[in-house]
Amino acid sequence: MTRSELLRRLAAAHPHLYKRDIERMVDTVFETIAAALERGQRVELRGFGAFTVHLRRGRRGRNPRTGRVVEVPPRRVPRFKPGKDLRERLNAVPAGGE
Amino acid sequence: MGGKSGTVTRATLADAVYRELGLSRTESAALVDALIDEIRDSLVREGSVKIAAFGSFVVRTSGPRVGRNPRTGEVVPIAPRRTLVFRPSRLLRERLNRATAGAPRDDGG
Repeated sequence: MTRSELLRRLAAAHPHLYKRDIERMVDTVFETIAAALERGQRVELRGFGAFTVHLRRGRRGRNPRTGRVVEVPPRRVPRFKPGKDLRERLNAVPAGGE
Repeated sequence: MGGKSGTVTRATLADAVYRELGLSRTESAALVDALIDEIRDSLVREGSVKIAAFGSFVVRTSGPRVGRNPRTGEVVPIAPRRTLVFRPSRLLRERLNRATAGAPRDDGG
């Protein structure tokens, strides 16, 4: 499912709302999550999972083509951990069927 | 806003939707729940959800493995399992590393 597919499904389930408002709602939710992660906050959505920000330490890397040593600066990466409910639902039917 | 301060929850998102769109609080909360449910159901049914400018969620299946009961030494098959992987978009990764971003928590990343 893509963002536009998501908008279409939400609009179909909420016919009393303008599509424009559905779109603003979806954008507001993802923007609020992104802004929180930018501030280093945790985002915990019950029944779905939690986003956290982790720090990757800087390291000395090497350009594989030139062999030159380069400094890789420290950086922050977002992580998502699915909640128990979602993990259980993903495994409700034994995996390996596809 | 519910929950520990500094943690964003469904209530925080509902409040943001309420302020941004001017729908009722009840409807704002219901819409946030509908959005999260739709993403979750799609992942369970279809295995992937891609949100441009944010990131994508993809269900991965681990292969079947052979385990061993440590007490009896008996060989037991471990069924394949599904896990969910989040791949942040380039835009989100860049946002987290702008010069203006707050100090990172050092948790050994």
